[in-house]
Amino acid sequence: MPYPHQLGFQDATSPIMEELLYFHDHTLMIVFLISSLVLYTISTMLSTKLTHTNTMNAQEIEMVWTILPAMILILIALPSLRILYMIDEINDPSLTVKTLGHQWYWSYEYTDYEELCFDSYMVPSTDLKPGELRLLEVDNRVVLPMKTPVRMLISSEDVLHSWAVPSLGLKTDAVPGRLNQTTLMSSRPGLFYGQCSEICGSNHSFMPIVIEMVPLKTFESWSSLMT
Amino acid sequence: MLGVEAQKPPKGKWTTAPFDPRFPNQNQTRNCYQNFLDYHRCVKAMNRRGKSAQPCEYYFREYRSLCPISWVQRWNQQIQDGTFAGKI
Repeated sequence: MPYPHQLGFQDATSPIMEELLYFHDHTLMIVFLISSLVLYTISTMLSTKLTHTNTMNAQEIEMVWTILPAMILILIALPSLRILYMIDEINDPSLTVKTLGHQWYWSYEYTDYEELCFDSYMVPSTDLKPGELRLLEVDNRVVLPMKTPVRMLISSEDVLHSWAVPSLGLKTDAVPGRLNQTTLMSSRPGLFYGQCSEICGSNHSFMPIVIEMVPLKTFESWSSLMT
Repeated sequence: MLGVEAQKPPKGKWTTAPFDPRFPNQNQTRNCYQNFLDYHRCVKAMNRRGKSAQPCEYYFREYRSLCPISWVQRWNQQIQDGTFAGKI
């Protein structure tokens, strides 16, 4: 979950998000190295009294500072594409959950067996219990079994929305008339928060998403309670 | 006949809609719509031959898993009104 003065990503909950964290560390390290090299070069050039005025050609250095950046870009592109293809791997979901964006709440449908559907509105700040998160809590959470691949189908009933849960590395646009699929797989139980990520009107900031990952038995008893 | 409640299949080994290689990408709109069409075409063909619609249950469960309830209700209403655009 997010916390005040947070600088980095939230802890990863899915294997894909773990990979994304590693990739981000790898790429950011490259960025820091290049930036510090450039900063050093600039500061050295600005603080020296030496001059050099007779360069006519610079074939060797031009080769170096063309080939080396190309190799660095490949070094970034390969892990990036690896993760991209990993996200698209064919898996065998055990459950399908549909989520529909409305102005300004999400509704969820579990229709594999019985028809279970409910709306998920944000809890107003005046109704929060002690310890609950402002603008992030909802009345009905999306309860899902952990450690199982879940097919999420996301659409909208009115305007564009986007269903995002950062700790699972998920963000999928909710487009009216279109059904977008993403796969959800949580490695651990817990509560995972997200917010609508596509501007959709006055209460765009007030339609959060809360996923409650529980063991399979708990999920089964919850779903039989809800239907 | 067209209501979802009347067509609920008995509990079997169904978990959820399996991966369909005809629709491998993110956009699953056609997957939902195709299964809806296939179900109704299957029922129509079986009824025409006087056979049971039991084999059509697969398509029913597929579209029920994949399609948003509001879409199914709208399409069923259109079928009842005779304004459904798909070929059944």
